[in-house]
Amino acid sequence: MTAAPPRLEVRGLTKRFGALAANDGVSFDVAAGELHCLLGENGAGKSTLSACLFGLLAPDAGEIRLDGQPLNAATPAQAIAAGIGMVHQHFVLVPAFTVLENIVVGTGRGWRADLAGGRRRIADICGRYGLALDPDRRVADLSVGEKQWVEVVKALYLGARLLILDEPTAVLTPEESDRLFAIIRRLTGEGIAVLLISHKMREVLQSDRVTVLRRGRVVATVVTADASGDDLSRLMIGRAVAPASAAAPAAAGGEVLRLDRLVPDRAGRAGAPISLTLHAGEILGIAGVAGNGQDELLETLAGLRPPLAGTMHLMGLQATGLGAHALAERGVGYVPSDRFRDGLVPDFTIAENLLLGRQWQAAARRGPFLGAAQMRARARAAIADFAIAGGGPDTRSGRLSGGNAQKLILAREFAKARHLLLCNQPTRGVDIGATEFIHRELLRKRAEGCAIILASEELDDLLALSDRIAVMSGGSILGTFPKAGADLSAIGRLMAGQGGRAA
Amino acid sequence: MLSDLLQMSVLASILAATLRIATPVLLAALGELVAERSGVYNMGVEGTMLMGAFTAYLAADGTGSLTLGLIAAMLTGALMSLLFAILVVTLGIEQIVTGLAINLLGSGLSVFWLRAAFASDAKSPTIALFEPLDIPGLAGLPFVGPVLFQQKLVTYLALLAVPAVWFFLYRTRQGLELRCCGENPKALDVKGLSVAARRYGAVVFGGAMAGAGGAFLTLATSARFVPEITAGRGWLAIVIVIAGMWRPGPVLLATLAFSFLDALQLQMQGIGIRVPYQILLAMPYAVAILALALRRRQSGAPEQLGIPYIRG
Repeated sequence: MTAAPPRLEVRGLTKRFGALAANDGVSFDVAAGELHCLLGENGAGKSTLSACLFGLLAPDAGEIRLDGQPLNAATPAQAIAAGIGMVHQHFVLVPAFTVLENIVVGTGRGWRADLAGGRRRIADICGRYGLALDPDRRVADLSVGEKQWVEVVKALYLGARLLILDEPTAVLTPEESDRLFAIIRRLTGEGIAVLLISHKMREVLQSDRVTVLRRGRVVATVVTADASGDDLSRLMIGRAVAPASAAAPAAAGGEVLRLDRLVPDRAGRAGAPISLTLHAGEILGIAGVAGNGQDELLETLAGLRPPLAGTMHLMGLQATGLGAHALAERGVGYVPSDRFRDGLVPDFTIAENLLLGRQWQAAARRGPFLGAAQMRARARAAIADFAIAGGGPDTRSGRLSGGNAQKLILAREFAKARHLLLCNQPTRGVDIGATEFIHRELLRKRAEGCAIILASEELDDLLALSDRIAVMSGGSILGTFPKAGADLSAIGRLMAGQGGRAA
Repeated sequence: MLSDLLQMSVLASILAATLRIATPVLLAALGELVAERSGVYNMGVEGTMLMGAFTAYLAADGTGSLTLGLIAAMLTGALMSLLFAILVVTLGIEQIVTGLAINLLGSGLSVFWLRAAFASDAKSPTIALFEPLDIPGLAGLPFVGPVLFQQKLVTYLALLAVPAVWFFLYRTRQGLELRCCGENPKALDVKGLSVAARRYGAVVFGGAMAGAGGAFLTLATSARFVPEITAGRGWLAIVIVIAGMWRPGPVLLATLAFSFLDALQLQMQGIGIRVPYQILLAMPYAVAILALALRRRQSGAPEQLGIPYIRG
């Protein structure tokens, strides 16, 4: 048996940023036709590693070999020429271009745009790997899943023998993600090596082998079939995970929120009418791929966009059309999905951000001036209570990591939310430790009798935390499931906009 | 008097004047169109045109060659835009503000240089103008001949530049890549291609075109350089790119529409229609503002227009 060199071999790769070693002696290999997963928390060094492979960063030490040949890619162009293809975490597509133009742009020689030749090669690639892509459709009109395929074909079109997929399923429904994995398996079947970067256990477990990174070092490379999800989680975070979960159904309290055919404003168009009631001490999870009306619904409830029709009652009182300030006064807290754009003023300090929304209250003032001492004291208390790491009261909040920025917003909004807390994607892009913390805090708030609406793309989180789960797609609530009877595949189908109204 | 306007010969002269008036604006607008399709908002068109007008005059006066004057103007425009590109593409400085600075530079430098070269504004000599170039066999056609085929060389070049720019943007590899720079520069960067190189190229081309537009004013219309001779044509070019939805054909139409209004008001003044001439003068600009108001949604604008590309 002759041992062919592995498709990708990484030996002792080190990349430092100042004193911090983002990658510290990383070694692993990927065989041709293997689906290899790179697992690690945010900040474990996965992105740095893939940037080194793709020629975006120059490693300080170590060796990368592709099919036995040393690879010294100093630019993406060299990495591509060597046969490395990369599917980036966020789509790098031109919405106004057709599929064909997106794939062909930046390739080819001569002065003519060789669209006809490109069309033939795309048909070849799609035929070989069983993809259905219409080259003449505008990318703006494609579904999220189809856009992902375009990205894959783009890389294959450039002749990739090693395909790096950087958290490819962050925006996919479970069904779309399954289809992507079916395609990945056709690729590996044809001898292409796939390096999948992920922290979703459900996907990681479909790989052949897993290399686990923690704080820039390889903790282990294991054959996936020999490991369980719990084993891998433990390797990834260095301790056992204690997932927060809503143990007992909360005692149903009084009605906090009642929506009667409330119609959110979706960019000037009327959304679907939404009716629901929410009780004290209850978490209503809203499942759905982002962009399906969650933002509009939560912004309407927070008073940031007036509804087009319907009514909203808060604590039994008419609250339709009240502005954000009036609703906050009545005990509504709101955690927006884009924390650095809508949730914080990044140039303000932690103390100033905590003050926002109550600057007119007597407790925050000293005569006509802001009470600097009160602000700092409050900030110190919040930093302690919410375990905000990375700064003191006078630190600019833009310098906080995503997880700590989110904790800061939670600290402010929890204080406002006497009756109702609206949370939009609170753990998106947040590492496991902070996610656990945020989940525990949400359950604590629920135990205090606050009603919570939690919109998230992470179904597992919703299942763990929610008392009921509503599925949103295309602006409507397509179905509501009690936690007990929640059926993952039914929810997935509704998320994709399929299937009728559930019970 | 209104009936005077409707005579064929008068109409022909209005339309011929329309093309003449359109030439400098069309050149500048096509250049700006290419720059903006690459994602760079060059607000310095006015100042670039002004410098083009001045250097064309200076070179034509010095060498006696109008062609050299035109070439000098295009080189100057290219140079001004190169400076602009260094500031906004390489250094990532705010594009609008930098464009305004380029305008001030063009405005001040042209007048300073004029006075340095010729003792005073009034003493600057006049130069010979481009002669109309009759297209053999076509210039004699009734009505169409005087309108289309008795124009000056630069006018023909400007009109031919419309299909040329269209072909470049939509049929060539470089054109596709340039449009990609304006829509999503990262899509090129991840394929290992330089966004900056393409934006430099587009901006410098735009500058050369603005320079040529400026040259037309001194070499084909006024015979000498007068301070602020461009009189807002550079700004009009920017408006026309928006009104033309960033596409060559509609940009031509918009240019012709504005120029027609301008030609019309000249003719109306000429035959003594009793409307204050200031109102007639303002007409094309009022229509430009109206066109902008109606184009509020900016459909067709490159997605990343005006945003510096920084990898990451």
